[in-house]
Amino acid sequence: MIVSDVPFEDLRQRMRTGGVSIRTGPVAARIRSSVTAVVKGVHLHYAQHPLLGDDAFTDFHVRVDPPLGVRRWFEPQVLFSVDGERPFTPLPSDQGFPMLEWGLNFCMSALCDQYLTIHAAVLERDGLAVLLPAPSGSGKSTLCAALAFRGWRLLSDELALLQPESGLLLPLPRPISLKNQSIDVIRAYAPQAAFSPPVTDTIKGTVCHVRPPADTLAKADERAKPRWLILPNYVAGSPARLTPLPKASAFMALIGQTFNYNVYGREGFRLLADLVDACDTYGFTYSQLDEAMAVFDELSRTAAVHG
Amino acid sequence: MPHQDRDLVIQALRNPPCMRSWTPLQFDLLLRQARSSNLLGRLGALVEQHGLAAALPEGLQNHLRGAQRLLNTHREQVRREVGHIGKALAPLDVPLVLLKGAAYVMAGLPAEQGRMFSDVDILVPRARLPEVESSLMLAGWIGTHQSAYDQRYYREWMHELPPMVHMTRETTLDVHHGISPLTARWPVSSDLLLAGIVPLPDTCGTPGLSVFAPVDMVLHSMVHLLLNEEFANGLRDVSDLDLLLRHFGAEATFWPRLVQRAAQLGLQRALHHGLWCAAEVLLTPVPADVQQAVSGWGPASIPAALVKASWRRALCAPHASVADAGTPVALLLLTLRAHWLRMPPLMLARHLFIKTFKLHEKRPAQATPQ
Repeated sequence: MIVSDVPFEDLRQRMRTGGVSIRTGPVAARIRSSVTAVVKGVHLHYAQHPLLGDDAFTDFHVRVDPPLGVRRWFEPQVLFSVDGERPFTPLPSDQGFPMLEWGLNFCMSALCDQYLTIHAAVLERDGLAVLLPAPSGSGKSTLCAALAFRGWRLLSDELALLQPESGLLLPLPRPISLKNQSIDVIRAYAPQAAFSPPVTDTIKGTVCHVRPPADTLAKADERAKPRWLILPNYVAGSPARLTPLPKASAFMALIGQTFNYNVYGREGFRLLADLVDACDTYGFTYSQLDEAMAVFDELSRTAAVHG
Repeated sequence: MPHQDRDLVIQALRNPPCMRSWTPLQFDLLLRQARSSNLLGRLGALVEQHGLAAALPEGLQNHLRGAQRLLNTHREQVRREVGHIGKALAPLDVPLVLLKGAAYVMAGLPAEQGRMFSDVDILVPRARLPEVESSLMLAGWIGTHQSAYDQRYYREWMHELPPMVHMTRETTLDVHHGISPLTARWPVSSDLLLAGIVPLPDTCGTPGLSVFAPVDMVLHSMVHLLLNEEFANGLRDVSDLDLLLRHFGAEATFWPRLVQRAAQLGLQRALHHGLWCAAEVLLTPVPADVQQAVSGWGPASIPAALVKASWRRALCAPHASVADAGTPVALLLLTLRAHWLRMPPLMLARHLFIKTFKLHEKRPAQATPQ
């Protein structure tokens, strides 16, 4: 059963009472909310996601609801909680769905030490994965969204999960998040995609989410072998160019983006070093998406020919 | 339904194999209760010990593995910290007694299994405190709680220095000179405790360390439980006590020595409550003659009933699924009682007044000359 099998009103009712359990790759979340914007977001972006029974095991119980108090009558707010813990301050209630997404990211990065969690986009083609670790504002999300709609299978736009036992990357099928100018860019680039209405005035600017392409979910159980580690950087007016990056620099950049590196200690060092060893490492600057796609197509083609 | 029936962590701790018959929904609740009580690691250790992994949903197995990683990191961090502390205090040739979690790790006790550590707690003779504090500061630890009021609270009334934080490693160190506050209703002689300490072999990793004698370690755990002012770790603390009692209690001479030592230190009430809590929550086996010996050391019957009802609620996973209408009152009662035990009533009233209205923050201690 998938989320879209449930009529919207039923979904709203269920989310208002006990919540609904949705699987996102290796983890499942029970999501509860009385906020219409959140229900609409789930209905749109998680339409193709597996809907579990109410008696299923889930990894987190999350809620996005107005906090108690008089404020609900003027300038209403929403608050995210995971099992009673409230990691964030409240936000205006129109930011309900982004808050859910940020909250689920928090759960992955703070409550999942069974994986090394890295702030990076991951996409795969023909069994080989590209890892794009980058801080916010580097153009990673725009690039990732474009690649996802041009033949690359999306594992995650935000959180790479490295499985220590296998050294493989696990998919985390979730909506793609875009902000500010990249919203219009991707809307033009992939007009067929399902976009949520933009939410303005968030801490990241204007934010919107895009439902991931079908193969993201179709291959939700397929792990991927890391093959390329690329640090993207959007630079206005620049041609799309890959620059080989010394492995040591790539390694340090990767550690800088790993949320729970401190939990893994020595083993984390070895796991990330192995990953970097196994990958071709580059810096990548771009401005035009078509050019960028061509560069990535070439990477994939070369690997297919030469291995 | 009584809380303990709703508390799956308690059921798992009491009888791990019972998990074999649980449903996915029960495991879902167990995960959340265990997370809230900081016992995911201990649960994982039990699952491994009893070979129960296959009975668990894969998702839960993953979380237990994740908790194990975090624990291992914490354990290593404690070992390193203890090494740094030992090195900083070695020139002083002062008895350096490890307390609580750090003691369990360095002494290799079962109570260290599955436990998350944050601070390191040590105990030194009160007379040597100034030198100890200076040596630690020279080695990079900085004092906290700098307001004049807080400094006085700790130094004059409590049994420990204000917590120290290391300036580069950001680890916390609590330096105690006793196990109960100077102002407490049950003052405990640190001299007697120090006379009974057991040196750890140098093979533990750092030379010059000691821990309390087993009976004192157990009594300290009980005092800590009873003087707790908040109970987020209540279940974990009683689990520690349970593991200590089961481990040391396997030796027959332990029990009479425990009763004797409690009388010697004036901790009869603590022993009475501590044994009751452990047996009530985790079914810790206590020999009948010991139960008999401590039965007269409890409070009068009405307060006893109230206190016990409060303990039943406090020593559970701090999770909404376990709590009931009586829980907030129970926790408040025990917190007030802990305050009461720590300080005489007038002093307590003044302390609470100052803390409530944050008067202690108005005049920070002058650390530098004008």
